Amino acid sequence: MSTRLRVNPLLCSAHGVCAELLPELISLDPWGYPILAPGPVPPELAPLARRAVTACPALALLLVKTD
Amino acid sequence: MAELADNAEAAGAVGPGENGRLSRVLPPARVPDLAAHQRRYGPGGLRGRALTDETERSGLTGRGGAAYPMARKIQAVRERAGLRGSVVIANGMESEPASAKDASLLALAPHLVLDGIALAAEAAGARSAYLCVRRPAQADALAAAVAERTGYDPVAVELALVPERYVASAESSLVRYLNGGPALPAFTPPRPFERGVRGRPTLVSNVETLANLALISRHGAGWFRSVGTASAPGTALVTVSGAVRRPGVHEVAFGTPVRDVLALAGDTGEPGGVQAVLAGGFFGSWLPGGTALDTPAAPDALRSAGASFGAGIFLVLPAWGCGLAETARVVRYLAGQSAGQCGPCLNGLPAIADALEQVAFGGPGGSGSRRGGSGRDGPKGRRGQDGALRWLRELCGLVDGRGACHLPDGVARLTASTLRVFADHLPAHAAGTCLAARSRPAFPVPSGPREPGRAR
Repeated sequence: MSTRLRVNPLLCSAHGVCAELLPELISLDPWGYPILAPGPVPPELAPLARRAVTACPALALLLVKTD
Repeated sequence: MAELADNAEAAGAVGPGENGRLSRVLPPARVPDLAAHQRRYGPGGLRGRALTDETERSGLTGRGGAAYPMARKIQAVRERAGLRGSVVIANGMESEPASAKDASLLALAPHLVLDGIALAAEAAGARSAYLCVRRPAQADALAAAVAERTGYDPVAVELALVPERYVASAESSLVRYLNGGPALPAFTPPRPFERGVRGRPTLVSNVETLANLALISRHGAGWFRSVGTASAPGTALVTVSGAVRRPGVHEVAFGTPVRDVLALAGDTGEPGGVQAVLAGGFFGSWLPGGTALDTPAAPDALRSAGASFGAGIFLVLPAWGCGLAETARVVRYLAGQSAGQCGPCLNGLPAIADALEQVAFGGPGGSGSRRGGSGRDGPKGRRGQDGALRWLRELCGLVDGRGACHLPDGVARLTASTLRVFADHLPAHAAGTCLAARSRPAFPVPSGPREPGRAR
């Protein structure tokens, strides 16, 4: 089982914290909203991804299970 | 099955015939009441599980634009219905400005749709059913039809008059509205079939799909598949408008060449013939004129041709029109229809509209974009057409797939198709010599709200 990042675009308000904490997988568009790298989260980045999810002030960043 | 065949024969009025035109779901004139409806279409047939199985064999797909298999949708809701039951929503919103087929169907054959709702409700294990429309006059007319059926259906149909907006017809918008919220798209999953109205699994289906379900109940899968193609069986309602002699709604067999679909509306009376067709409407893509018009009108064939069938919309661009200018107006309208819920859509769609206007109307090195309020996104070096085109393509990549609904994806797809199909016209626009861009619009585009409203 692997995980992948998702953003709830209704909740996201472009704080940009996620891109600060996880630049390996998240960049920002011209308006400050996150662009997620496609595909599963590499295992070595999983702890950093979990930290980014926890730190999102809008609770908009999610880690979802993929089969 | 014998019973089905008898019904099909008895219902001589349903099928090819009537002035040589196909008339299955759409009668030539209004069927005034329940008694007339029963005379025309005959008694009901298969129900419940048997109907779901027959629907699977029929290959019926959703007629709202996504062409999802109807039987699979029913099964997904049925298996989650549990002891508290599920919910059925008939989607008659038809928010696409260039479409009139759902309104025509609801006006001419309301009881066929209501039959379909009742059958879908039974097959999906629903305890409640809604019919969503957006015009008060429609709701009034339908209320009379619903009142005629008191005690006739296993589940009473509740009419919902939903506020008018482009994105209000998305399934998740209807669920959110019926749950007491705004009629705006929600974040999924959970999808409506998992968790919808009052938390119940919810089947959302277009009204034309439901009318077809009512006919499959009566006549069976063999009859249903006797017109159309193997991959897209049955008929579809189409709305043909733009530069045609008689804009209107018609029923066609899936697979009918686009050229013949346009002929039903009297073809274009304009000199120079058909330049291109916006297939699928504002949410669709361009199909060029010429030999491409031989493409069968069916979802798979049109997709292969770079266009789409969508909800059966065909907007005809005359030779004197300018595809870039028409698209720029459509995209400006769609940008105004953003619910403003998702950042990439709220910011990206007006920026796409600006850039497309610059390409279409800006002229050489022009600073074209005077409208729209996305000033803080100024990229470097977008002066001139090359810069605008680069920025436009980048923007399309930036909005695609990044909203709660598919509005940004649709705008990106339409814009990309415009740049592809009208690539030859770009030099004339760069030089400012496209006279067609200054002609009157060929397509009516509603004047929606200019500024997207924040929804929260």
